[in-house]
Amino acid sequence: MEVNYEKLGLKVGLEIHQQLDTSTKLFCNCKPQLFKGEPEITFLRRLRPTQSELGQVDPAAYFEFQKGLKILYEANSETSCLVEMDEEPPHPLNMEAVETVLTVALMMNAELVDEIHVMRKTVIDGSNTTGFQRTCIIAMNGEIKVGEKTVPIQTICLEEDAARKTGREGNLIRYRIDRLGIPLIEVTTAPVIHSPKEAEETALTIGKILRATGKVKRGLGTIRQDLNISIENGALIEIKGVQELELLPLVVKYEVQRQLNLIKISEELKKIGVKEEDVKEEFFDVTEVFRNTNCKVIRKALSQNKIVLALKLPKFKGFLKRELVPNFRLGTEMADYARFWGKVGGIFHTDELPAYGITKEEVEALRRKVKTENQDAIVLVADSPENAKDALKAVAERARQAIRGVPEETRAANPDGTTRYMRPRPGAARMYPETDIPPIKITKELLEKIKTALPELPEQKLKRLIEKYGLNMKLANQIMDSEYAELFEIIVKETKVQPTTVAVFLTETMKALKREGVQIEKVSKDKIMEMFRLLGKGELFKEAMQEIFVWLSKHEKESVQNAIKALNLKALSKEELEKIINDTIRSNEKIVKENKAKAFGLIMGIVMKEVRGKADASTVSQLIRQKLSEHP
Amino acid sequence: MSENEFSGYKGEALKAIRKAGANIGDLIRIIRNGQVYEGILIPRSEYGDKEHVVIKLKNGYNVGFKITSKTKIEKVGEGVKPSFTPPPPPKQNPELPKVTIISTGGTIASRVDYRTGAVRPALTASDLYSVVPELGEIARIEAKILFSLFSENITPKHWTEIAKTVAEEISKGVNGVVIAHGTDTMGYTAAALSFALQNLPVPVILVGSQRSADRPSSDAATNLIGAVTAASKAPFAEVAVAMHETTSDTTIILHKGTKVRKCHTSRRDTFKSVNSTPIARIKDGKIEMLTQDYRKRNSKNRLVLKPKFNEKVALIKFYPGINPSIIDWFVDNGYKGIILEGTGLGHVGRYCFESIRNAVEHDVIVGMTSQCIWGRVNMNVYNQGRDLQALGVIPLGDMLAETATVKLMWILGQTQNIEEAKKLLKTNIAGEFNPRTIF
Ligand SMILES: [Zn+2]
Repeated sequence: MEVNYEKLGLKVGLEIHQQLDTSTKLFCNCKPQLFKGEPEITFLRRLRPTQSELGQVDPAAYFEFQKGLKILYEANSETSCLVEMDEEPPHPLNMEAVETVLTVALMMNAELVDEIHVMRKTVIDGSNTTGFQRTCIIAMNGEIKVGEKTVPIQTICLEEDAARKTGREGNLIRYRIDRLGIPLIEVTTAPVIHSPKEAEETALTIGKILRATGKVKRGLGTIRQDLNISIENGALIEIKGVQELELLPLVVKYEVQRQLNLIKISEELKKIGVKEEDVKEEFFDVTEVFRNTNCKVIRKALSQNKIVLALKLPKFKGFLKRELVPNFRLGTEMADYARFWGKVGGIFHTDELPAYGITKEEVEALRRKVKTENQDAIVLVADSPENAKDALKAVAERARQAIRGVPEETRAANPDGTTRYMRPRPGAARMYPETDIPPIKITKELLEKIKTALPELPEQKLKRLIEKYGLNMKLANQIMDSEYAELFEIIVKETKVQPTTVAVFLTETMKALKREGVQIEKVSKDKIMEMFRLLGKGELFKEAMQEIFVWLSKHEKESVQNAIKALNLKALSKEELEKIINDTIRSNEKIVKENKAKAFGLIMGIVMKEVRGKADASTVSQLIRQKLSEHP
Repeated sequence: MSENEFSGYKGEALKAIRKAGANIGDLIRIIRNGQVYEGILIPRSEYGDKEHVVIKLKNGYNVGFKITSKTKIEKVGEGVKPSFTPPPPPKQNPELPKVTIISTGGTIASRVDYRTGAVRPALTASDLYSVVPELGEIARIEAKILFSLFSENITPKHWTEIAKTVAEEISKGVNGVVIAHGTDTMGYTAAALSFALQNLPVPVILVGSQRSADRPSSDAATNLIGAVTAASKAPFAEVAVAMHETTSDTTIILHKGTKVRKCHTSRRDTFKSVNSTPIARIKDGKIEMLTQDYRKRNSKNRLVLKPKFNEKVALIKFYPGINPSIIDWFVDNGYKGIILEGTGLGHVGRYCFESIRNAVEHDVIVGMTSQCIWGRVNMNVYNQGRDLQALGVIPLGDMLAETATVKLMWILGQTQNIEEAKKLLKTNIAGEFNPRTIF
């Protein structure tokens, strides 16, 4: 069924975060890269929610703090110093990063601030060792063209990336601080996107502009898209961390679907007369019902002296198994609430029972014990009394929200385009100045410098690539998006190689090699340049390029010449080639005599096998024809 | 900072703000290049230039706009005064020990005004409880503001004040005293109190923080909780410094007041016990003693208060090529004591000998410590050292140069008698000497 998004009042705003490709981090001189393996340094911290004059505390964060949340940070000395450990004040803002953001701002026709003020945005989930993220606005009120539409850009910010979560065991969260401090540009659009497709196109356009600077990182994990989505009668939902562009339209589609289904559930619940006050926080200890259960999860919990606690949801029967989006039910939503607020593994509910080893008899006993009517649903949790109670309290709250409609939430994106509950939406961001970093004036000199080196806008560049080099639209688009865009133009200018040949190698061939597991980043741009120079001079053949490239990726320190030597791929001289052909004809004398036409294919096959990469096929075939015709 | 001052604004920017009739905290509108920006007028750093006006936008960000002939500023609305009433303090449990927290400056606890970015120290007991509610479960807190000074502005006169205030609190029968102090000179103050407060009945704990108290990662609250824990129930009655033991928030370590030194510009574990083991460690609210060598808590001990210090004492660090007339200057200006921070085992260049001889002849007490920080001086190993002793320089064993300086100031505050002063300098009064250095 085609959904009319316009009619639903869909409003989407995008927040695109992209790591910048600087030589050092934003506030220190560490390398902006990640490390693998065991950390050299670990340390344990707690973050304390600070009270503001406005008395606002992020409720989720405060809850976590009260639960005794501890954070174990992991680091190594190459990628982190005392700054990331919050043991040394930040160094001044990295100007390389500022310049890139200014470049983007000018490309988006945004208004620059005159003086940059770095702020501290309170974040106490542990992802920042300080308890805040450093961020600054560099420009506002820009715009981009997405097809025919003009999309306003509200803000363009520069901020530090957060630490990455590497695990959680109970009240201990582990974060790795290598990513902390990598510069990020954040581009925020106005909520003017009205369809899933438009969301994708907008993100695509922004991505192209960012890549045009040549100063952004590439690859998975270097870009993260957040969205805010609302529909009429629904709620404003923030979705964090969509890593792949292709997923954006699906995320929007699913979120609309989820909200529509929640609205429907709410209407139906109201219609059958369920009221919020009917959902009582009354918990039943039903441990005895499951004393001899075959359910593995419950049996394990009971063996650890935990209990089984039950909550009655009046008239909710059937609603918990209602699918909101594929494989995601209202019951799943409730389970996510239980996990977050109660730190439990999950929940059971009567809409899915008997199952999981829980028998019909046990369900009946349960119903008797909780004194439910047939149209009620029961939710079960097996955990410590405290966790179980917190979990069921959250489930009760979610049930009441289901009567109301769609709750405002911050959700996290799943790899399949669905989302899961993360936390309630925090109040207004609590920000205060980063007093350790003096404000930075955007001087005329700096602006002039950036203006003179402003990259072409993507659409201009695309036009030029097609007109000047004769590339087709697809190749031009690919080359523009690739990190070899600049190299392409240099190669074409300095060698005689056909632009299309260069473009195909730098895009399609590279992509194919990467898919096969070749570490293409190990071959420097200089070496690629050298390969094309030799190709242009006829000292190398097109067929040999791939093999040489693969060899170079495995021998990072070796030169192109050495690769050619090692692989024996030097172009053959005409004399050498003629000798090989003559030899082959001679050793197949019999067939050649019988049938020249038939012999051609055979000879060609044998010769090509021997000279692959050292001679080009058309020259070989021409020579064979010639030799065969000369042959008596 | 008063809300109605144009904090930090000067020149063109100030003129434009005045013209608009706006005050800090007011909602203002800036019109530039046909674009309109609205936000709250924010105080400006004193070091900021004269041309920019800073506003806090609705989204929370601060941005600076340059005032030119083309920029217009209008006042849109009055600022809303921040109104924060701390929650009522928790019911005091009469079973809990009493602890007085004396604040000398440095913000051990504070709150941020997110409207203007101002950081306000929490100074009253109820403020403290609201910021660090855990304190209510450890002790009945009384809070006192003595000074609001950066610790580099604290002088021996302030040590005297602090010592008197502590004595007063102890006379009221508190179970311990906590002194909140900036970290830069906290080691000096700890040494000073160690000499000024003798025969202590209860612990006196100095505490500071290396990360400002307004940030969620601050070490202030954990250090303060550790300090109050020690003050309320530690078995010792010593002057000690309570700070992080490592970069982790796991443990708080208590250093002896005469043996502690700030050793890192920024790390949380900046304070180290030098030539001695720390007194105790606090982990999960429990105190673990690390030495048996301490004065026991005993409410029957009668505190002996000796709060006077003589500031005519200098600390001179020897370096290659030092001009010895520096020493002469102190002698000529009536100084009564000089602590030398010599090289290695306790040496200075032969070219300083004449000035040192002159100092001793003028009845100036000259003591020798080492700039190595760790280890003890020994002036018997080399001729240079033996010659210095012959000149009358007193070797000060493993005493920290800073502690030696404070001690000599204190001694000369107690007596004018040179021989008695020399004798006191060599006597172990507050654990400043450790006869044994363990590995
Ligand atoms: Zn670093």
